[in-house]
Amino acid sequence: MDIVDTAIGQPSATSITFFLIFIIATLTITYYAAKKSKSASQFYAAGRGVTGMQNGLALSGDYMSAASFLGIAGLVSLRGFDGLIYSIGFLVGWPILMFLIAEPLRNLGKFTFVDVLAYRLSKRPIRIAASGGSLMTVFFYLIAQMVGAGTLIMMIFGMPYELAVVIVGMVMIMYVLFGGMIATTWVQIIKAVLLLSGGTIMVLLIMIHFGFSYGELFRQASMTYGDRVLEPGGLVASPLDAVSLGIALMFGTAGLPHILMRFYTVRDAKTARRSVFYATGFIGFFYILTFTIGFGAMVIVGQEAIAAMDSGGNMAAMLLAEATGGAVFLGFIAAVAFATILAVVAGLTLAGASTLSHDLYAGVFRFGRSTEKEEVKVARISTLSLGVMAIVLGLVFQGQNVAFMVGLAFAVAASANFPALVLSILWRNYSTFGACLSIVTGTVLAVGLIIISPTVWVEILNNPTAIFPLSNPAIISVAGAFAAGYIGSKLRPDPEASSRYEEQKVRNYLGVGAE
Amino acid sequence: MDKKHPLEAMDREKFQELVVNKWKVSLSLTAAMMLAYFGFILVLAYAPRLLSVKIGEHMTLGIPIGIMVIVLAIVLTGIYVFWANSSYDRKVQEVLKSMRRK
Repeated sequence: MDIVDTAIGQPSATSITFFLIFIIATLTITYYAAKKSKSASQFYAAGRGVTGMQNGLALSGDYMSAASFLGIAGLVSLRGFDGLIYSIGFLVGWPILMFLIAEPLRNLGKFTFVDVLAYRLSKRPIRIAASGGSLMTVFFYLIAQMVGAGTLIMMIFGMPYELAVVIVGMVMIMYVLFGGMIATTWVQIIKAVLLLSGGTIMVLLIMIHFGFSYGELFRQASMTYGDRVLEPGGLVASPLDAVSLGIALMFGTAGLPHILMRFYTVRDAKTARRSVFYATGFIGFFYILTFTIGFGAMVIVGQEAIAAMDSGGNMAAMLLAEATGGAVFLGFIAAVAFATILAVVAGLTLAGASTLSHDLYAGVFRFGRSTEKEEVKVARISTLSLGVMAIVLGLVFQGQNVAFMVGLAFAVAASANFPALVLSILWRNYSTFGACLSIVTGTVLAVGLIIISPTVWVEILNNPTAIFPLSNPAIISVAGAFAAGYIGSKLRPDPEASSRYEEQKVRNYLGVGAE
Repeated sequence: MDKKHPLEAMDREKFQELVVNKWKVSLSLTAAMMLAYFGFILVLAYAPRLLSVKIGEHMTLGIPIGIMVIVLAIVLTGIYVFWANSSYDRKVQEVLKSMRRK
């Protein structure tokens, strides 16, 4: 690190001040939210009083992780154009979520996406199967986020990894445990506003440097590093691999439990629809910002300095903040990165806890006969357990290569959750057996194939060659899940579920009876 | 007052038309997004040089095309919201009215 003269890696007075302001503000909100979060509808769905704009911000807050902010800016700074390919993949799932899932999800469910499947299929088997898919997605995403959190905070603040993981885990538990969905939503909104405004300020500072001309920015980048930074490099190796990852990203977004859960915080399907539009706009804008930040860092900081701090380029945005805005701005962006990490893990934990309490405890173990008070109590116990588990996982996986787990989380979401949702919305003869078979097939294929893929089998388990040639299993596992849903429904039809399809349609399209 | 269940009073034809219409719009927009995104990926995989084509001294075709995919995602969701807010919601109200009338 000697060749880079930077304050990154040391806790500075400004970063700590900004961070404390964020913590105090969010915990104050949590305190007020805790007074309200007594009922199930408050705890899981913020009393359904979130507006379209607020939910749009909260959705983007749940989605824009520190890994995508720092990681994509870093990727762009070191590889130029290739970083853009990556961010596009993470955006294109949002329109799909809008067109196929958002409104039926809001109209048919109550608190979790599993409710939609349980609407006309046999409640206990489908809740068990779908909770499996939901929890697996949350589990893999959470590991990736916790390990990323520890590593990034260690780099930014110079804090020991273990301490960083414990702090993130504990603050996040406080938000969710006491403040439920109300506090979690406000944490997301504040974080999204901070991240978007911090990014915008950074882009303005870059643009001042280049006379508000992208042409000048690209000119200087290609003068120093050659035209290759403006061209596709080696990121897309095999076409099949690229398409498979594309399928995971495109359809996985519409199967992420913490994203889907947000739709129950708004009043109706119309508001849900509007919130996806805002979210898509914010996230698209954010990726254009990170692209610009990446190129700005490439020219202003220089690739050598960025790579010297971290070979993956993760500190590019931090170095740029310091170079353009000095210690104060660096402190601000460092605090924003910390807030970003906290918010994403809080959203994931709440989604996991809701599945455990609402779908498994209330829906399966108590046959839907538990009281609301008992359910919320179990939700809080689940939050605490998941939070502790997240901390332990963060510690266990320290130093491990967990980058593939984000791809895996998206693959499981696209294979287990997405096909089940689409088929239950669109296909009258979808049966309980078919749905369960589809979810199990999707999950097993996604997880199984990634274990024998180059990413795990070769890079982590050090075998010479991979049994399955693709890095992301989605092309096989999504197709497999749809096929299993079809075959299962043909083998064991469910006349009762089919007979309720008309009733489901009325609620789905007209919103009659929606909770 | 007729004690018929509201569902029986519903204008079936209108409702079916609404459902069919909704999926026509949803699936066309989904197809447009998939075409743009997977098209982009396949060009990257099979003809990356196409995106390296210079348009200006320090600009390649790939950058505006990439940005356009991002903008397209936002525009398509915007089109859907606009359509749903105007056309779809109005038809929903008409069907709901048919349920209340009888």
